[in-house]
Amino acid sequence: MSKPKHTSVGRRGFLKGAAAGAAVSAATLVTPQLTEAQQGGGRGGRGGAAQPEGAVIAREDGTARPAPVSRIVENPGSDYMCDVIKALGIEYVSFNPGSSFEGLHESLINYTRNNPEIVTCTHEENAVAMAHGYAKADGKPMLALLHGTIGVQHAAMAIYNAYGDRVPIIMIAGTGDTAVPAHTAVDLGAMVRDFVKWDHQPDTLAGVGQALIRAYKLAMTPPMAPVLITVQAELQMGAMPANRPQVPKFTMPSMPSADLASVRQIAKDMVNANNPRIAAGRVRTQEGMDLLVRLADLLQCPVGGGGDRMTFPNRHPMAGNGVGGAADVTLSLEAGGGGGGGRGGPGGGGKTIVISTAELLATSNFNINGNGMNGDVYIAADPEATLPALIEEVQKLLTPDKKRLFEDRGKKHAEANHAARAAAVEAASVGWNASPVSLARIAGELWPLIKNEDWSYVSPQGFVGGWPSRMWDMKKTYHYLGGQGAGGMGYGAPASVGAALANKKHGRLSVNIQTDGDMNYSPGILWTAAHHRIPLLSIMHNNRGYHQEVMFIARAASIRNRGQENSHIGTRLIDPNIDYAMMAKAYGMYSEGPITDPKDLAPALKRGVERVKKGEPVMIDVVTQPRG
Amino acid sequence: MKKLIFGFLAPVAATSLLVVSAVAQQGDATRGKKMFVDYSCYACHGFSGQNGPGKRLVPMKMATVVFTAYVRSPGTNQMPSYSAKVLSDAQLADIWAYIKTLPDSPEAKDIPLVQQLKAEAGK
Ligand SMILES: Cc1ncc(C[n+]2csc(CCOP(=O)(O)OP(=O)(O)O)c2C)c(N)n1
Ligand SMILES: [Mg+2]
Repeated sequence: MSKPKHTSVGRRGFLKGAAAGAAVSAATLVTPQLTEAQQGGGRGGRGGAAQPEGAVIAREDGTARPAPVSRIVENPGSDYMCDVIKALGIEYVSFNPGSSFEGLHESLINYTRNNPEIVTCTHEENAVAMAHGYAKADGKPMLALLHGTIGVQHAAMAIYNAYGDRVPIIMIAGTGDTAVPAHTAVDLGAMVRDFVKWDHQPDTLAGVGQALIRAYKLAMTPPMAPVLITVQAELQMGAMPANRPQVPKFTMPSMPSADLASVRQIAKDMVNANNPRIAAGRVRTQEGMDLLVRLADLLQCPVGGGGDRMTFPNRHPMAGNGVGGAADVTLSLEAGGGGGGGRGGPGGGGKTIVISTAELLATSNFNINGNGMNGDVYIAADPEATLPALIEEVQKLLTPDKKRLFEDRGKKHAEANHAARAAAVEAASVGWNASPVSLARIAGELWPLIKNEDWSYVSPQGFVGGWPSRMWDMKKTYHYLGGQGAGGMGYGAPASVGAALANKKHGRLSVNIQTDGDMNYSPGILWTAAHHRIPLLSIMHNNRGYHQEVMFIARAASIRNRGQENSHIGTRLIDPNIDYAMMAKAYGMYSEGPITDPKDLAPALKRGVERVKKGEPVMIDVVTQPRG
Repeated sequence: MKKLIFGFLAPVAATSLLVVSAVAQQGDATRGKKMFVDYSCYACHGFSGQNGPGKRLVPMKMATVVFTAYVRSPGTNQMPSYSAKVLSDAQLADIWAYIKTLPDSPEAKDIPLVQQLKAEAGK
């Protein structure tokens, strides 16, 4: 395959050549002014042996420039890659640019004309975490491009989080950019192989097409996960073979569901139980939530969120623990995981029936999701795919007597669940007028402003006391998107922007309560939000520190009987305080704050919501109580 | 709750109780405010003394002696214990005096928004 060779040329020479070339013809665009040997020798003052070193130095000190183009390749391989990417229905591609995928980058801007749309990221961790949030809000994956060894390393923690969270992301890493030996590897995927579901490095252009299709199917089949295709630079830059490869046929497999005999047995067990319960960890789509509602309505049994995502409307009468002691039968649906691990059954004794895909993905080295649930009956299948049959079988078993019994049972559960919800909100009064502002106050003041919108809460709520779940009527999968997946901080800010990007398509109002420590891992994401006009209301939960760690250090010091006065060292973000309103402004975003008086909160939030509804990101810095 | 606290107090000698209370009365809220932060009380109880995973400290219903004994030996896995080596009785009295100055919260029934949220959630 013919391909343009990377030969170095002095920067001035390149520019001079480019100017001259423009006046001559496209075919002689750039005239090399210096050979690589000349450049290497010139920089290092050494002979031929110093050549690669010179190139490396140039690359890393920022004086490298594109290689001269001595001929035209009008049908590059990367155009074909874009055809496949489009066939997959991918709408956004996030990346921090790098020459190992310059071919693909150029095709994306000039061949597919920025459709899928490029999302410029200031850090690979942002590119992947954005894709993480996007997939949770949209239900389908984004593409993230990574530049060689360095891009993959920067992305690694975000990949790890997505893997722990079982979220699909399609990633392409470029390799073979030999100008900097340190940026290429014999086996690039090795660095993240233990926390992607599949990785592959095809040898041919057609192979890249096939690999992308396979990667997509694997990523989207539960347990979902990120996948990585490594694509050599020359396959992107080189011309397509004479017979352009076809875009491979793309058919999503149907999801694995439980066999009918098992479904019938589960239906019997649930209908005949005295105190059945459902632990609902994950649904794949809104349809899954709707099916779960139908099953709960039929059985009139409590449904607990077995995981950290929306699986069941939080104000459904059956949402909660209900009344009555231990369950005699628990149906556990994709519960556990999410980086928290499924450590045993839902508890409470009785018979546990597990339907989960956890055993369909063995993880090496990193046992991110723990050892899976334990159950008396265990079916390796997708719960959502199994629910229609289960509902049908339950319906068949519902005699009028059973229905009456279930109705009575349901009333008691509903009463207990309603009372528990009301009590949980009542606690908001504690510290309501405090300054710094309480987390309950933030969530409380937000609710009237968003409740009549099609809203989506896009950030984790573990560090905000779970107030949104307590106060807000969550009944859609996108009303809450869950946590980091593997507890890696630095997820919240970029994942929120990614989720907001997906929500923008659907006209939803995105809300993020943003912790300060998380914000500071890679704040350039604020520029990405501003640049791409991604509507997102971010409210800083500015407790001026890594508060979780303040508490841990305080405890350690106490155990050692050494006093507490040094607990702020290494844990607090003070002296100077960080001005988030100024930070957001610097990145081109409307902002307000710092707000310390709770009375100032509601008007600021109102202004923020109005601006976000007009299509821009907004940040409101609120100085907060450390915890909810 | 009270019972529990007095349970902890039982082993404390009567003489030291007297000393504790004598010092306690001179607690200085300004000094206490600094200690409340420096000694990470705020970490679990909030700057408000009532927000966070720790016990609600406002309104402070314990007498200084009871408070001091509790901090020395909380008898729970949540709250670390603070010995006299790291926090003297006098310093604890200062902290106590500061907590006493922290404003109490309104009741839920007096906050219209909370009432509204509660009514919606409990529907
Ligand atoms: C990448 C990474 N580094 C360090 C940690 C340890 N860690 C856990 S919570 C936390 C504090 C985060 O601060 P912030 O986001 O402000 O939340 P806060 O605890 O203050 O509410 C840190 C540093 C982590 N989980 N992930
Ligand atoms: Mg913080």
